[in-house]
Amino acid sequence: MIAAALIYSGANNSRFQWGVVGDFLFDSRILRGVRITIELTVIAMVIGIVFGVILAVMRLSPNPLVSGASWLYIWFFRGTPVLVQLLFWYYISALYPKLSIGIPFGGPVIASANANDLIKPLTAAILGLGLNEAAYMAEIARAGILSVDEGQTEAAQSLGMQRLQIMRRIVLPQAMRVIIPPTGNETISMLKTSALASVITVTELLYSAQLIYSVNYKTIQLLIVASIWYLAMTTILSIGQYYVERHYARGSSRDLPPTPLQKIRWAVLARREWN
Amino acid sequence: MELMVKAEGVHKSFGRLEVLKGITLEVKPGEVMCVLGPSGSGKSTFLRCINHLEKIDAGRLYVDGELVGYQQRGDKLYELRESEVAKERAQIGMVFQRFNLFPHMNVLHNVIEAPTRVKGVRSEQAVRKARELLDRVGLADKIDSYPAQLSGGQQQRVAIARALAMEPKLMLFDEPTSALDPELVGDVLDAMRQLARDGMTMVVVTHEIGFAREAGDTLVFMDEGVVVEQGEPREVLSNPKHERTQAFLSKVL
Repeated sequence: MIAAALIYSGANNSRFQWGVVGDFLFDSRILRGVRITIELTVIAMVIGIVFGVILAVMRLSPNPLVSGASWLYIWFFRGTPVLVQLLFWYYISALYPKLSIGIPFGGPVIASANANDLIKPLTAAILGLGLNEAAYMAEIARAGILSVDEGQTEAAQSLGMQRLQIMRRIVLPQAMRVIIPPTGNETISMLKTSALASVITVTELLYSAQLIYSVNYKTIQLLIVASIWYLAMTTILSIGQYYVERHYARGSSRDLPPTPLQKIRWAVLARREWN
Repeated sequence: MELMVKAEGVHKSFGRLEVLKGITLEVKPGEVMCVLGPSGSGKSTFLRCINHLEKIDAGRLYVDGELVGYQQRGDKLYELRESEVAKERAQIGMVFQRFNLFPHMNVLHNVIEAPTRVKGVRSEQAVRKARELLDRVGLADKIDSYPAQLSGGQQQRVAIARALAMEPKLMLFDEPTSALDPELVGDVLDAMRQLARDGMTMVVVTHEIGFAREAGDTLVFMDEGVVVEQGEPREVLSNPKHERTQAFLSKVL
């Protein structure tokens, strides 16, 4: 009832100017923003997942130095706001005007670049979001690894396999079932968190909308445009998540539950037979 | 003749609980030793010490003349590096109470995983060997199945084939039939009898008195972390000398 009332009031309030929303929905600047938002989300998540899994494996290492380093990383990147981290990467040239690769403590320099040229706003956003995400993914991956029965590790050990081999071949594939659902949530959350990159002038979806309404003052309409795109993208991600989860459930249950599409198809077929 | 397993005064504690209080045992090549005892007697722990899944706290444990998990320099023992422990374990097969097959791999890949990844056996060769072993345990037709699609008895026979694929010189069985429905026990015991006839050296922790009597060369009775009695199975079973053995057997027979 409330939802219906809201839709009714939204549709009949002329101040919403739905026409303007329609005009800008497929504006080239908005579409470019959508593309950059997707790129930012994908790259940041890939960095987050790869580093997160590495951090989780390090965290569970018997070597206290290795697990300590991982703990320190997670402590720092989870303990400070991601917005602060983004700004930090954006302004890093103030701290280190020149970045170089070489032997530390006065050794020869192999490559060197001006920090401002190297770390463009987009790079700063990717680093900030990706490295922050890694800390969260590390905890998710660790929970997944710990959820795998210890008998699996023992069986692999008794066959002569070694720690990293066991992790890669036996434990991580099984941990995936536990890791995937929260990773889907993280991806959806990342898609929205990437809007923070607007603060450091990355022309992703939100900043693209802001650039337009700062000129034409159609603030609400452009925010609605951005929201429609965010909703569309999160919806697609949720559907993708469902199928990935199904894939990794293989081996644990004898029969996979039907997908929604299959359910509909069967329902239609059953009805036809009824007639 | 070199002994396959030699334990000298093996001690093991979990925190303040002393589980093994000086185990001294010998297993000759080709021998089938069955270990009996009430739960909590330390028999499974001892078995797990033989392939270093548990570290021993005192004593010496040798497999095929080599110290398990340690290296002796002078009077002191130094723990081996992971890769060296793994190399020792690769020569010792183990079968678990709860099978521990890899659920994300089908039967074939369960069996060929270790030979190809650990020993570097070529894939075709590993597959040929796997078919042969699965045929031997009567599961040639299940090669593409996943563990969840098999009964407990079938899973345990795959686990036996998986261990044998590494061509071990010693097989350890940790209560291999305890998690099985009664009607499935027979097939697993048959596979183990076959293995014993083929001359495999085996240490079997079990509650199957019948198996111990027919297939075992030696029977060891453990209680409260010590070996109470050992000898020829028929002799120990029909004529137990120690009262603790008598008490245990009167309960299970």
